[in-house]
This record gives sequence, structure tokens and C-alpha cells, in this order.
Amino acid sequence: MNDAHADAARRRLKVYLTGFVLALVLTVIPFGLVAQGFFSPALTIAAIAVAAVIQVLVHLRFFLHLDLKSTPRENLLVLAFAAILIGIMLGGSFWIMFDLHYRMMV
Amino acid sequence: MSVSETSLPEAQDDKAFGFWLYLMSDAIIFALLFATYVVMSGNTAGGPTGKDVFDLSHTFAETMLLLFSSVTFGLATVALLSDRRAAVIGWLAVTFAFGAGFVGMELSEFSGMIAEGASPQRSGFLSAFFTLVATHGLHVSAGLVWILLMVGQIAVKGLTAPVRSRLMRLGLFWHFLDIVWIGIFSVVYLPGVMG
Repeated sequence: MNDAHADAARRRLKVYLTGFVLALVLTVIPFGLVAQGFFSPALTIAAIAVAAVIQVLVHLRFFLHLDLKSTPRENLLVLAFAAILIGIMLGGSFWIMFDLHYRMMV
Repeated sequence: MSVSETSLPEAQDDKAFGFWLYLMSDAIIFALLFATYVVMSGNTAGGPTGKDVFDLSHTFAETMLLLFSSVTFGLATVALLSDRRAAVIGWLAVTFAFGAGFVGMELSEFSGMIAEGASPQRSGFLSAFFTLVATHGLHVSAGLVWILLMVGQIAVKGLTAPVRSRLMRLGLFWHFLDIVWIGIFSVVYLPGVMG
């Protein structure tokens, strides 16, 4: 019993430390790019977006321990449903507001 | 162990699922605050822009405090798995210190901005900024209160099954807030500093 506990604890520790190193790298890259101004603004924004999406996935996997096998199916369904709702609401808001902005300017 | 402290594993699973539903509804609130910010971020009404009021090194320090607090919460979870009560309390205390440092840095940033005239009523950009970032800050503050409550419960009740289940939900909440912060520095601060 105690050995099994210690084993689970060791495995969990490794997961957290892996997540920490990945998250650290994915944070330092966008901050570094903005501080150095190495790329053009458009390319920097694209790099920030890519690093952010990967870092969110790293946090979900290593800190919230989501995966396709052990996470209950209904939790994943709710996550997917929330992602769809967020996609509709963000996409719809941007579509309407930026179209309005464009028409007001012309 | 009182009657209310005995509960079945299935009940704990239901609570974890219910808490997950809450987190997803919170994610939708934050997504809409992000959408509002993106729409409003250009509306500076002749007032200060992100370039004027944001400080990259300040934001980086805040980011590190929150990331470290996520890892130290993870270490509390590791201690929980091996039933080391004192270590759980110790790592929760370290997590609290990092979280409190984050909230303190945010408050000093806000008060500095307001002192310079960059207050929420100055422009649409600043209204949206304060609404989004302060909503996250309020969540972190609520998490700090929750950490204190859990330290008290561990000290008084020990690592009972319900206390463990509450700690797991607090962990979901804390790690979730760190994910929202990734959105805040990527959408608000980094593009804002670039101008």
C-alpha cells in the first residue's frame, strides 16, 4: 500500500516538473520575442498565439491531468461543448463588431 | 469523523463533475470578457494606450508568481498522495504566498495606473482592461481564501476523504486560473506593449 502510494506520488511529481519546464519555455519565448522586437509585429503576434495555444494544452495535460483515456468521458464532452460555445460567441462577436467598425469607417 | 464527513466515492465523482461544469461556465464568462476587450482595445478616446501603461517586466514577474504557485500546488497534491500532512500544509502555505504576491503586484499596478489618470472610466479600452484583469484577480483572491480554509480543515480534520476531494477541486480551480492568465498576458499585455 505504502509503496504504491510512494510510486504514484513519484510519477505525479515527474508530471508536474515536466509541465513546469514546458510552461516556463512557452512563457519565456513570447515575452522574449516582444522584449527583443526581433520579428515583425505580425509574426510576433502569430508566435504569441501559437505559444499560448500550446501552453494551454500543456497546462490541461500536465496540471489538470486531462487525457483521452483516464478522464471521464462526460468531462471531455463538457469541455468540447464549452469550446464550441466559446468559438461561436467569440467568432460571432468579432464578425459583427469588426464588420460594424468597417462600415462605420467607410 | 462526523456523519457529514463520511461520503461515498461516487458522491465525490459527482462533485468533481459538478465543479468541472462550474469551471466551464467560468471559462465562458472569461471568453466573453476577452471578446469585449479585443473589440474595445483600440478605443482609447485620446487617453493612454497599452504601450503607455503596461510594463513588460512587471507582467513577467506576475506570470512567474502564478506559474510557481501552480507548481507548488502540484507539490501539495504530491504530498497528499503520500499522506504527508505537514508537507501538504507547507506547500499550500508556499502557494498562498506566491498567490498573495501576484494579487499584491496586480493591486500596485492598478493603483499606479489610476494615479496616472488611466482609470476605468477614462476610455473603453481601460474599462474593458480593468473588467477582464480584475475579474481574474478576484478569482485568485477567492482562491487564496479557499487555500486558508483548506489549511484550517487539514489542521483540524486531517486528510479525510472529503478534505482530499475538496483539495482536488481547489487544485482544478487554481490551475484553471493559471490557464486564464495565459490568455491575459497573450491577448492583453504582450500585444499591448507592442502598441
